[in-house]
Amino acid sequence: MGELRLMKGNEAVAEAAIRAGCDGYFGYPITPQSEVMEYLMVERPYETSGMVVLQAESEVAAINMLYGGAGTGKMVMTSSSSPGVSLMQEGISYLAGAELPALIVNIVRGGPGLGTIQPSQADYFQAVKGGGHGDYHMIVYAPASVQEMADFVQIGFDVAFKYRTPVMILSDGAIGQMMEKVYLADPVARLTDEEVVARCPWASNGRPMSRGHNIITSLDLDPAGQERLNLVLQEKYREIEETEVRFEMIDCEDAEYIFVAFGLSARICQKAMQLARNKGIKVGLFRPITVFPFPKNEIRELGLKVKGMLVVEMNAGQMIEDVQLSVGCNIPIKHYGRFGGIIPTPDEVLKALEEKIIGG
Amino acid sequence: MEEKFAHPELRKPEHLVYKTTDLMVDCPLSYCPGCGHGVVHRMLMEVLEEKEIASKTIGVNPVGCSVLAYDFMNIDMLGAAHGRAPAVATAIKRLWPDHYVFTYQGDGDLAAIGTAETIHACNRGENFTIIFINNGIYGMTGGQMAPTTLPGMRTSTSPYGRDIEIMGHPLKITELIAQLPGTYYVTRQSVQTPSAVRKTKKALRKAFDLQDQKKGISFVEVVSNCNSGWKMTPVQSNIWMEENMFPVYPLGDIKVDGELVTRS
Repeated sequence: MGELRLMKGNEAVAEAAIRAGCDGYFGYPITPQSEVMEYLMVERPYETSGMVVLQAESEVAAINMLYGGAGTGKMVMTSSSSPGVSLMQEGISYLAGAELPALIVNIVRGGPGLGTIQPSQADYFQAVKGGGHGDYHMIVYAPASVQEMADFVQIGFDVAFKYRTPVMILSDGAIGQMMEKVYLADPVARLTDEEVVARCPWASNGRPMSRGHNIITSLDLDPAGQERLNLVLQEKYREIEETEVRFEMIDCEDAEYIFVAFGLSARICQKAMQLARNKGIKVGLFRPITVFPFPKNEIRELGLKVKGMLVVEMNAGQMIEDVQLSVGCNIPIKHYGRFGGIIPTPDEVLKALEEKIIGG
Repeated sequence: MEEKFAHPELRKPEHLVYKTTDLMVDCPLSYCPGCGHGVVHRMLMEVLEEKEIASKTIGVNPVGCSVLAYDFMNIDMLGAAHGRAPAVATAIKRLWPDHYVFTYQGDGDLAAIGTAETIHACNRGENFTIIFINNGIYGMTGGQMAPTTLPGMRTSTSPYGRDIEIMGHPLKITELIAQLPGTYYVTRQSVQTPSAVRKTKKALRKAFDLQDQKKGISFVEVVSNCNSGWKMTPVQSNIWMEENMFPVYPLGDIKVDGELVTRS
């Protein structure tokens, strides 16, 4: 059945978490994502589903609360925005190293430093290349609508537990704040403690004498052991790259040129495509939905058929590196970006295509 | 091999008067000989065994000398990032409110890098137990100055002695958190003599008993020696601890049943 609602992206994340049967949310206020926790505190799911909602003393505490909750097998999440997510990087590295499932939502704002509270996509590198210390990845979803903000909560939890890995929803201040209609699935009951124990035999949630003690850690002082853990992680990331890639292609069949964009930039590119097609320029859009794993094979094949690609991002050129690595040097691949909280207009994007790719 | 350690007559089951609890994993500890950690570990595991709550207990150990404590305690454990054990334990206790949860932390972990997590978990009145081993030094990393290092005390980062003018004062975090309304039981103990060990065990038992009442944090500090870091023999270090540490960190209950204890 489900339900159709008009909501902000941030509110949709919160409502979707309750409906997904999330066990715990731990967060710290920061603009432009504070509505996630505010919504949860108003809804008080701890009185209905039993979901814990806790305002932590810092993002550092929040991410380590995730570590604790995830280490016991519970479905836990946090949300923050860029500076806060920077503070969480050590904890995310621990989650990856200890192979723990957790959901982290980044409503990206402009940086560096305190930057601005306006939307940005400048945390791409941090999200997809690791961010914290050590060799690890998260699965990273880049929603382009309020609907996808809601959808990726349930999907995110599913893959987090499937692979025992932290998962990030990499959004931005515009999608977090804008209101759209969103279809919400019916609520799923939280797992009982017994179901959690059965689902996560690896978790530390009280040792029955029928098994040995479980230990949640990322530490192995023996280099050979630590290398083995790294190999396990790398094998996991290869499997994720083979099975979890998501992308969208719009009007690419007859396209001579391609916009490559994720999240909000992809929405802008859709309008720029219309403007271009009105002028007779055949442009398509390739939208990575997962930015790790990056849809490299799909974009490589597309690169064989077109004359050039314009990578449109609200940053100084980050995803373009993955596009270039995937496609190679046979066609021109250029970047168009605005940053510091500026959202590019469709006209600007079309002009960039004409100047950098078609006339370039 | 075993004949080396005990006469066959003594090893007969009917003569057994004491053995290490099965909740201690039968393996060599990573601690220096003479260190108090092993004694606290054993008391802690004995309390869980006697209370029959091992299968409902989740422990969180820190970064520091006890970073490998999960290898020695035969219960479910999580190794937290440096200083974050109280945040980790907060989530665990809230998600498993019927379980017993404890953190086991050293002075650098609890009173330096983890000060915010310590104070806020205490102030929220989380219903878990914090076990705080205070030896006034960073043992694992090789004997650097800790927040609890005494004035004048030599460490590898205060080689001429802790200079208060430059390096600040020892942090009496236990007295500090006792002021917070979220703490219900706060005590400071030691393990250098049999009677001190018995008192520490009693304090640990009380701390876990109190988790049933859900009245807030139960906090057990154990002032302990670090003979390696202090560059002393174990015996010397215990004497030095009694003469120098105890005047700054006096033993005894600081808060009982939510009320501060007045010292005469």
